[in-house]
Amino acid sequence: MSTGRAGDKLFVSAARGSGLIVLAIVAAIAVFLIWKAIPALRENEASFLTSEEWNPNANPAEFGIAQLAYGTIMSSLIAMVIATPIAIGIALFISFYAPRRLASGLGYIVDLLAAVPSIVYGLWGLIFLSEYMDDAGEFLSTLLGWIPLFSTDSPGRNSMFAAGVVLAIMILPIISSISREVFLQVPQANVEASLALGATRWEMIRMSVLPYGRSGMIGASMLGLGRALGETIAVAMVLTFVPGINWSILENGGNTFAANIANSFAEASETGRGALVASGLVLFVITLLVNMAARAVVARRKEFV
Amino acid sequence: MKNGSRLAALSGVVVAGALALSACGSDANQTEAAANAPEAGSIDCAEGSVNAAGSSAQKNAVEEWSKAFAAACPGATLNYNPTGSGAGIQAFTEGQVSFAGSDSALDEEEKAAAQQRCEGSPALNLPMVVGPVAVAYNVEGVDSLKLDSPTLAKIFAGEVTKWNAPEIAEQNEGVTLPDTDIKPVYRSDESGTTDNFTDYLKATAGDVWKWEPAKKWPNDAGQGANGSDGVTQLVKSTAGSISYVEYSYAKNNSLNTVSVKNGAGEYTELTPESASKGVAGAKIVGTGNDVELEIDYTAKEAGAYPIVLVTYEVACEKGLPAEQAKFVKSFLTYTSSADGQKILTDIGYAPLPQAVLTKVQASVKALS
Repeated sequence: MSTGRAGDKLFVSAARGSGLIVLAIVAAIAVFLIWKAIPALRENEASFLTSEEWNPNANPAEFGIAQLAYGTIMSSLIAMVIATPIAIGIALFISFYAPRRLASGLGYIVDLLAAVPSIVYGLWGLIFLSEYMDDAGEFLSTLLGWIPLFSTDSPGRNSMFAAGVVLAIMILPIISSISREVFLQVPQANVEASLALGATRWEMIRMSVLPYGRSGMIGASMLGLGRALGETIAVAMVLTFVPGINWSILENGGNTFAANIANSFAEASETGRGALVASGLVLFVITLLVNMAARAVVARRKEFV
Repeated sequence: MKNGSRLAALSGVVVAGALALSACGSDANQTEAAANAPEAGSIDCAEGSVNAAGSSAQKNAVEEWSKAFAAACPGATLNYNPTGSGAGIQAFTEGQVSFAGSDSALDEEEKAAAQQRCEGSPALNLPMVVGPVAVAYNVEGVDSLKLDSPTLAKIFAGEVTKWNAPEIAEQNEGVTLPDTDIKPVYRSDESGTTDNFTDYLKATAGDVWKWEPAKKWPNDAGQGANGSDGVTQLVKSTAGSISYVEYSYAKNNSLNTVSVKNGAGEYTELTPESASKGVAGAKIVGTGNDVELEIDYTAKEAGAYPIVLVTYEVACEKGLPAEQAKFVKSFLTYTSSADGQKILTDIGYAPLPQAVLTKVQASVKALS
């Protein structure tokens, strides 16, 4: 087992190559998307960024991403709002409260959620969950109707909110398993010190675990958000289509980038396919921005690490 | 990108499969393919395996045919991928499949591309299946409903919003209509079914229907669902809904269908016979061996159900590799034979009327 200079050199170049390959792949994806999208964008008669119409196969082609962007971001935000607190709660319970035997089993079961294929979530959302969504919407709108988002006189079964709930369940395991990893990293000394000073378990978590794990938790929820933004088939099956942006999340309908691509690809013309690629490009940019924002947040919190 | 559409197709298959399974148990008409198989020797068999793609509206028909064909001709397999008409024609012109299924005949642009694919000879539109479009509804306690075209147009334009509106009530004396909202459902993806249904409304409803026929649903009344099975599922689970969907889907899911008033002024229930009569008044507008049809929705044929679509097989007159050409010809000869057309009635389609069928058979003979 000698590692001479040759081994060093080899390893350095292999590592550098791996790094460069990732960059090259991302760049190649971006170039491909732009190259495919340009002809369709040239033929577009509507404003690509602000129009709510999606009709690229017509003559003249008119399409815009306003509704898709709204639907994508709104459904993902709903999922985040629902999933993040629950996921962090699960992680804290497993790491600090649950009896040892229960903890390992529970962690395993939560991780299993990630192994369920998204089409199964879609079917479940379509066939089972939607049955209850109009009643849930009724309840929420009477309770929170004074907020514009929840005001509706006809809550629907296939609403943004329903899609958000399905997405929330899908991103739960990602957020909770990464948060658990982060909590395991908390220095045992800090934990024991706060307990020794007479802190209750909750005070200990508040003073030594949460500050330490903050950046990790933010990173975890951003990964979850990334997953929710790109989720295709589950959303495509749960949401029904209603044109235009609807700020009431309890009413039927909406559309997202990924679901729109899945639903319209089969019957798309040449221009239609280009338009779908262009919308994919926007999703690509949004996901990049989300990841950069996450990095920036994590970097700002460096002092706790 | 590919994955997206494949997944969507897969979800369709999953749902459709579940629906088909649930339908099998109750439908005494579902006979074994073998029983439907033509007499061995009555087909000029071909060998090998051929790929085709296209319209999802004719998926069940093509599947049934390929089963029967394979039973009669050992060693012949046809793989039909129900990608949608647009994608099917695209795959055909790019040379990935030997023939395509489409809900609408080729337009000029597609004809030129297809001619290139067929090495210079024209691609033919061959009508093969009559797919009646049912107007399916889900209203508690109402199991028969009569509507004329202007009322349908008002419902789908969002102008008539209650089930007990006077327009509906006066056509349905003796039926107790509830005071609930009408929830129209349409196809959110682009589809030949939408194209034909809006074509029908435009042709028959006068000024009530203000939109041009198109594959994409033109207005924003109600909500859209993806694919025929998506629409069926939504109608099944939503009280007060009404939609348009291929007859086989409505039939397999035991949805109630509307009796529609035809050009002769009679309310006609949808059956394979009445649908066949709906095509009888169609004009052949294709030239040479091309059998492109133009359906006359206002035909005064007695007993005809007016909302029908014809789905085509698009094939090269000449120019395929010999082995594929032989297979396609042999398969289409079978599907346009009396045996092949007989199968359609059991699975929610209707056979072509004899006049059209004779023309199609002659064109298939000319393939080489």
